[in-house]
Amino acid sequence: MKSRNKKIDYSKWGYFFILPFFVSFFIFSFIPLLDTIRYSFFEYYRSGIKEVGPNFIGMENYISLLKSDMLKYAANTLILWIVGFIPQIVIALVLAEWFVDARLKIHGTQFFKVVIYLPNLIMASAFAMLFFTMFSNNGPVNEILLSIGLIKEPVDFLGSVFGTRSLVGLMNFLMWFGNSTIMLMAAIMGISPDVFEASDLDGCNSFQRFFYITLPQIRPILAYTLITAIIGGLQMFDVPQILTNGQGTPDRTSMTLIMFLNSHLKSRNYGMAGALSVYLFIVSGILCFFVYRITNNDDPDGSKAAAKKAKKQSRRG
Amino acid sequence: MKKRVICVLLAAAVAAGSLAGCGGKSSDGGASSGEEGKVINVYSWNDEFRKRVEEVYPEVKETSTDGTVTTLNDGTEIHWIINPNEDGVYQQKLDEALLRQADASADDKVDIFLSEVDYVYKYTDADADVAMPLTDLGIDPDADLADQYEFTKVTASDVNGVQRGSTWQCCPGLLVYRRDIAMDVFGTDDPEAIGEKVKDWDTLKATAEELKAKGYYTFASYADTFRLYGNSIEAPWVSPGETTIKVDQKIMDWVEDSKEWLDAGYLDKNVKRQWVDDWNKTMGSSSNVFAFLFPAWGIDFTLKKNWDGEDGVWGVTNPPQEYNWGGSYVHACTGTDNPEKVKDIILAVTGNQENLLKISKEYLDYTNTKSGMQKVAEDSSYASEFLGGQNAFQYFVPVAESIQIAPLSAYDQGCVELLQNSFSDYFQGAVDFDKAKENFETAIIERYPDITAIQWPE
Amino acid sequence: MKSKQPSHLRSIVAHVVLIILSFMCLFFFYILFINATRSHADLQKGFSALPGSYLFTNLKNVANDGTFPMFRGILNSLIVSGCSAAIATYFSALTAYGLYAYDFKLKKAAFTFIMAILVMPTQVTAMGFLRLITNMGMYDSLLPLILPSIAAPSVFYFMYSYLQSSLPMSLVEAARIDGCGEFRTFNQIVLPIMKPAIAVQAIFTFVSSWNNYFVPALVIQSKEKMTVPILIATLRGADYMNFDMGKIYTMILVAIVPIILVYLLLSKYIIAGVTLGGVKE
Repeated sequence: MKSRNKKIDYSKWGYFFILPFFVSFFIFSFIPLLDTIRYSFFEYYRSGIKEVGPNFIGMENYISLLKSDMLKYAANTLILWIVGFIPQIVIALVLAEWFVDARLKIHGTQFFKVVIYLPNLIMASAFAMLFFTMFSNNGPVNEILLSIGLIKEPVDFLGSVFGTRSLVGLMNFLMWFGNSTIMLMAAIMGISPDVFEASDLDGCNSFQRFFYITLPQIRPILAYTLITAIIGGLQMFDVPQILTNGQGTPDRTSMTLIMFLNSHLKSRNYGMAGALSVYLFIVSGILCFFVYRITNNDDPDGSKAAAKKAKKQSRRG
Repeated sequence: MKKRVICVLLAAAVAAGSLAGCGGKSSDGGASSGEEGKVINVYSWNDEFRKRVEEVYPEVKETSTDGTVTTLNDGTEIHWIINPNEDGVYQQKLDEALLRQADASADDKVDIFLSEVDYVYKYTDADADVAMPLTDLGIDPDADLADQYEFTKVTASDVNGVQRGSTWQCCPGLLVYRRDIAMDVFGTDDPEAIGEKVKDWDTLKATAEELKAKGYYTFASYADTFRLYGNSIEAPWVSPGETTIKVDQKIMDWVEDSKEWLDAGYLDKNVKRQWVDDWNKTMGSSSNVFAFLFPAWGIDFTLKKNWDGEDGVWGVTNPPQEYNWGGSYVHACTGTDNPEKVKDIILAVTGNQENLLKISKEYLDYTNTKSGMQKVAEDSSYASEFLGGQNAFQYFVPVAESIQIAPLSAYDQGCVELLQNSFSDYFQGAVDFDKAKENFETAIIERYPDITAIQWPE
Repeated sequence: MKSKQPSHLRSIVAHVVLIILSFMCLFFFYILFINATRSHADLQKGFSALPGSYLFTNLKNVANDGTFPMFRGILNSLIVSGCSAAIATYFSALTAYGLYAYDFKLKKAAFTFIMAILVMPTQVTAMGFLRLITNMGMYDSLLPLILPSIAAPSVFYFMYSYLQSSLPMSLVEAARIDGCGEFRTFNQIVLPIMKPAIAVQAIFTFVSSWNNYFVPALVIQSKEKMTVPILIATLRGADYMNFDMGKIYTMILVAIVPIILVYLLLSKYIIAGVTLGGVKE
């Protein structure tokens, strides 16, 4: 009798638990989002210290954005992201595998883990500033290369498209590969040791073990890493902003979407910034959809299938 | 049931506790001295103005060690609100404050703010009315500031000719050169002889070839020469009431000459702009750069700080073309609650010959007093150790007298900054000429949404 | 025997790769440190591999600079990041548990919704956010930097995945039978189980909040409320500051040291926490 009553009560508790999250989201994200969308249909900016607008202009902001170089900046963002993300995820997977592989007998794992995570702690702005001075034409890197005779003239790292993009990629890689390693390691360690023992008995080599057991098992966390990396990529701002002084030099080839948004926000062009935000919102929606499709074939959050599989496999093992 | 309530309370307490812990900090904003008119807020982008006020304003008692508060003899505090100039940060912060000026409490109101020539028009605009006309303060420009250079007064006036700001400095520019390099290349470091070698652009080009033959660069970068061209434009970037940017032929001359000079190897390809570490390094003793184009403040504030060698290595001479670079204008902000003190400060720092000469002596500023500068040019006590005993004022005076101040607009800073940025890619060979033009157009419309078109000279 | 040989080789490769990566990570810190110990004049002369003796002079200059109140900034950043990490992990755990342990009508909808907003860049709402907090009177205060982290979708997602793998519902039911209230069950039974996940996410949230530049730059106006990234960014723009690069490097050093200390203190706990999570199930 008592317990039946409670059963009905319990499910309602769920609402209390999730209430703060939704209230906070509603106030700090949803209302601002609506506001942003509303102003995207207005001409509204500041000229000098005088405000112009808001005047309703319909879709004009959207159209003029399409006519601008927005798509080029989207491509820049994608390239900059890939340059950093591919090495990041590959190295992170390899390192995570190594760290949990007892047969490798890696010395000082603790030390390495601490060290590779370290760059993630420096704020992107400080890191970018450091890179900016170090890779400038008269900076330490050029001086070192000159003094050991590797080059005769200083390399203009930030003057070439390749150099700038590589540097942005390198920084993103350095900042995030340790983070991914730790996440993936947590996932690999979450796999039941029985599975590995079984695979050892079956004579799996390291590669087989990695591709047939580890990878499928850590798919939820891999998806998580991928999603956060995509969000991070779409939001890429601090690093190229500070490295190129907000200009996306050379030739605006390292101008990302958020830098573009920032330059509108800075000139207080609320209408244009609003329209750009809506585009970004749509893009993030599409990306999100694809990520789910790629990482989960059937169930919406993916982890269930993986958990089931893990259980099945561990039982089998 | 009871237990459950306790649980809820606990959870709430945990949440509230963590919020309160963070929330407390944010409520204690602003100054708390209470009495009206006891705080003078000054907006500026560096400590230049503070140093000058400390130097000459007799009421100054002391300044806190961190340089944020200066106390006057009667207990009034000057609060220095410093935000860096670059990237528009200073203007952004100032604009925010100005927009809130009407609602701000007396002690939070902006009382004095500074502006640079590049954007002085934005703030002296008659419609915006954020800078008080000097006459409203009780300053009569014709009588009290009679000894100032005329062009500085025009610069600080709105379209109706009402003067809304005043400056202590005038910024005629010179050519500052390395004596040791001059000795090496020309066999002499005499300012007259060197002046002859750099007297106009054509002669300078021949000189540049000589320098190059010995492995020296004439200037650090193309950005260094921009002011000379940019100062001699015939029409403003944007004419009053229009929304079209007209790029002057002089600017395109700069583009053309810069490309030529860079390709010829007269400029250091490694330096792409001013105010960065690369540029600063070219002022060090290990650099191969022969000369810089600087006004007085540039020598004292920039070159001296980056020079790591002995005094007396640098010398000054006439530039290839007269120019003016910079100038900090002091404005009384509309709505100030300290009009009397503001008036006193402006007069003390910009309108008192004795004070101005003091500033010239201390900081090498070329100050805004016509008769005073004439005297100084002949006074050997103004000779500079740093310049090897040269009296730089001797060279500044003729330049100052022939300065034609360029026609200004409120868009100058963005135009100058973005044009240099866009064409830097062209000089470095990253893009072609047309692409650089296009990039400038894109960038400038982003910066100023009200700009509708960009016209290039034929 | 057969597998021992290649394993040996792989071990060497692994060590070499790790050393190279560690070198890359530490190299930048090293240069930063070296440069922070040198004076501007020294730096003008070029790079040196050995530290100078100017660290204390530079530190003194940093401490005495009221234009860039670095230590005040660090305090502000600590407050903001600490509070953010605390409430983000607590409320995300709460939300994750709410969605994991209870079957209510809107459960599926709520979950899908959170997943949908997971990839939404914070910047798209920045403009409206700024207007909103101005209207709420929270402009130029630290609160708007903290409160929104109650709704942290990515933290939630991590917590949710963790709960799925480590919290058997039987445990919750057992607690109920013992007469434990729902919130108490959460605070006393579920939270301790989630400790490792909370530790990992706490540090991630702390770091991202510590490094956040975009939102604080919009919200914070006055000097005494600035957080470290804003100070660093303004530093980058302060042309006259470049005349003392030694001071700039020292400022960056000062800005990152506290977080490194926090990390070094917590790192052991985190890695232990990760292992804990692995043993479960």
